[in-house]
Amino acid sequence: MLHIVNKSHTERGALASCLRLAQDGATLLLTEDGIYAATAGAADASGIAAARTRLKVCVLQPDVEARGMAGKLIDGLTAVDYAGFVDLVAEHPTNQSWL
Amino acid sequence: MSEQKKFMFVNRKAPYGTIYALESLEVVLITAAFDQDVSLVFVDDGVYQLKRGMQTKGIETKNFSPTYRALDGYDVEKLYVERESLQARGLTEGDLLVDVEVLSSAEMAALMAAQDVVLSF
Repeated sequence: MLHIVNKSHTERGALASCLRLAQDGATLLLTEDGIYAATAGAADASGIAAARTRLKVCVLQPDVEARGMAGKLIDGLTAVDYAGFVDLVAEHPTNQSWL
Repeated sequence: MSEQKKFMFVNRKAPYGTIYALESLEVVLITAAFDQDVSLVFVDDGVYQLKRGMQTKGIETKNFSPTYRALDGYDVEKLYVERESLQARGLTEGDLLVDVEVLSSAEMAALMAAQDVVLSF
């Protein structure tokens, strides 16, 4: 299962719900304002620091760069571009966008 | 010109994910053109609007962050950031692209209470 979260973890509860309901081994892609959850200083509170040990956590790199956060990401993540986004969707039989 | 009022713009959203940050900036510039006393405050995810080093080519969206640096040309010189919001996001004043005054929550509350008009984005 591919989970996609595009909302800020401090603005909405989408990420918290996703992390609660995602099974071990699933893939999580953070896009748009979702990427802030994977930055140093925020990743502990957002749950991403802990989640990366049981989920494959990916970030959409153009959204990271647009927000000036390229130097702020925590380790242990996979950066993908738009083609990589398409590959993730194609590789996973099911995906869920958390709105 | 009629008498000046104290306008405060409260920015609480991250840039690009929604249109709020850009819309706020537009209204700030309009208000400044009417020669009003304008303050901008950045709290919660609004502090992300001022992060330096934005590169928006990849999302094919205009990078409007340089506009914050041009605000003093419109006599908008009062920019305030809440310290607690920065800390919660692992940011410091050095991460910001423009000079701001960093306030505690209590100081921010007092500043807010002293306004004539507060507009929230």
